Amino acid sequence: MATAAIEIENLTKDYPFGFLHLKKKTSLEGLTMSVEDGEVFGFLGPNGAGKTTTIKLLVGLIFPTAGTARILGKSISDISMHADIGYLPEQPYFYDYLTAAELLDYFARIHDVSSQERRLRVDHMLKKVGLETARKIQLRKYSKGMLQRVGLAQAILHDPKVVILDEPMSGLDPVGRREVRDIILELKQAGKTVMFSTHILSDAEMLCDRVGVIVGGKLRGVGAPDEIVGMKAQAMEILFEYAGAAGLQPLLSKATQTGKRYRMQVSEADLYATLQQLGGARAKILSVSQVKSTLEEYFMHLVEADRAQAPAVEVSGK
Amino acid sequence: MRRAGIVALNTFREAVRDRVLYNLVFFALAMIAASILVGQVSIGIEEMVIVTLGLSAISVIGLLIAVFIGVGLVSKEMDKRTLYALLAKPVRRWEFLLGKFGGLVLTLTVNTAAMAAGLFLALSLVKQGTEHVEGSVLVAVYFILLKLALVVALALLFSCFTTPLLSILYTAGLYIAGLFVTEMRNFQSETMSRGLQTLLRWLSYLLPNFENFDVMAAAAHGRAIPGVLIAQNTAYAALYCAVVLTAAAAIFTRRNLK
Repeated sequence: MATAAIEIENLTKDYPFGFLHLKKKTSLEGLTMSVEDGEVFGFLGPNGAGKTTTIKLLVGLIFPTAGTARILGKSISDISMHADIGYLPEQPYFYDYLTAAELLDYFARIHDVSSQERRLRVDHMLKKVGLETARKIQLRKYSKGMLQRVGLAQAILHDPKVVILDEPMSGLDPVGRREVRDIILELKQAGKTVMFSTHILSDAEMLCDRVGVIVGGKLRGVGAPDEIVGMKAQAMEILFEYAGAAGLQPLLSKATQTGKRYRMQVSEADLYATLQQLGGARAKILSVSQVKSTLEEYFMHLVEADRAQAPAVEVSGK
Repeated sequence: MRRAGIVALNTFREAVRDRVLYNLVFFALAMIAASILVGQVSIGIEEMVIVTLGLSAISVIGLLIAVFIGVGLVSKEMDKRTLYALLAKPVRRWEFLLGKFGGLVLTLTVNTAAMAAGLFLALSLVKQGTEHVEGSVLVAVYFILLKLALVVALALLFSCFTTPLLSILYTAGLYIAGLFVTEMRNFQSETMSRGLQTLLRWLSYLLPNFENFDVMAAAAHGRAIPGVLIAQNTAYAALYCAVVLTAAAAIFTRRNLK
């Protein structure tokens, strides 16, 4: 049985505001979930949903109002836990007077990496994120995408067991996104646990063993992408050719025609009856496939449900 | 502690790469050069004029650096979010603060040393054989450095919980108040109630006493500075810095980095 690399129990974060801080905004409400050892976990949600708040709580940048969390069995308040995690902040910004090589060397020193090993790791990381040629340029001259790459390099520089990435694809061009995806898959192959937040659902679908969807500070669903999108009603799509016109008129009115070909969606329950009807009319069945709802549809369904429930929900961890 | 040292060296590197620092050092050297010119028209008291002008320049420049860079030590990192990646690593928040403090004090030490070297160079040009002038000037420079360390600690404390502008005002306010603690302690007025006088006296003990660090007149006149004062000021600055940094750490350790 897989053990949990990240365990979160009833994690809650309120931000006081207003005169004398008497009012409070709840940014995260009773979050309970876990990320298994060695899995890639995608944390999805719209802006202000509580993704960054959760990640900041895990890495100790903010403190919970209630609840607990453990990473690799250690409390998030335990400083030694930080040696085993790598973290990429959202829209990272680093000391702009340093070069990429100097910044990585600085962070490697913080992680107690020996001087000989430091040089090797810095070189390796710069190569890995495609910044070898820009290693001596000060970070103030870096583009957003380049800073994102440096951020990723510093997160995995010390070979952490758990990597937490806040919007790792943000600001990257398609090539950069592909490279980040490859790095995440490499980390998975090396047995690391990766948790990342993203807005880009196709990336989550492609990379994640499981995803969690958070909306309005509450976790709305967790599971494998296939599983959670399967919660929605599915349909079957039939592709067929039909030259006649009369016998199938009620069915054809539901289909989309392209030349001689027709494409039609029916429910799972009606599939066999429809196929028999088509067969009886001598239509040529070309394919029958399952129509899966996408993660995006599922995500939008949750967001819309949340908006309908609480139109004035205002959450922010920023 | 080792990590505080790494943060300190990086803070020092930041200051060294900041061109404003070089301009200030250049300004200090220009001031000292000006003092030589003044010294040439001050017949018989050239050394005194040079020492006074030189030490004043070192003090003012040091204060500008301590206050203006000191108030940004933490707030700048929070505004730019450069400390997010650092604090997610095995660095305790007090280590980060100690490192920032150590880095700026190191910067001030190097700058003060460079300015003091310029001052001694100027003194050597007009030297007339007074031997202990240099010793007392050295002590005066050391006291300026202690004073600057205390100012950095105060600026860092305010930087942990308020805006840079308010931090400048609070630090400058405390510095100015700290120059008048003796007056505050001995202040007596018939119109002032006994309770208020007691409050003022206690306040004078709580405020940082910057008067003790001013030995410019003694240095300018070549009077020896007693060893007990050196020990007393060193202990006072160390203890006061420790208390202020502990308060800063207590605040910063609880702060949410939003």
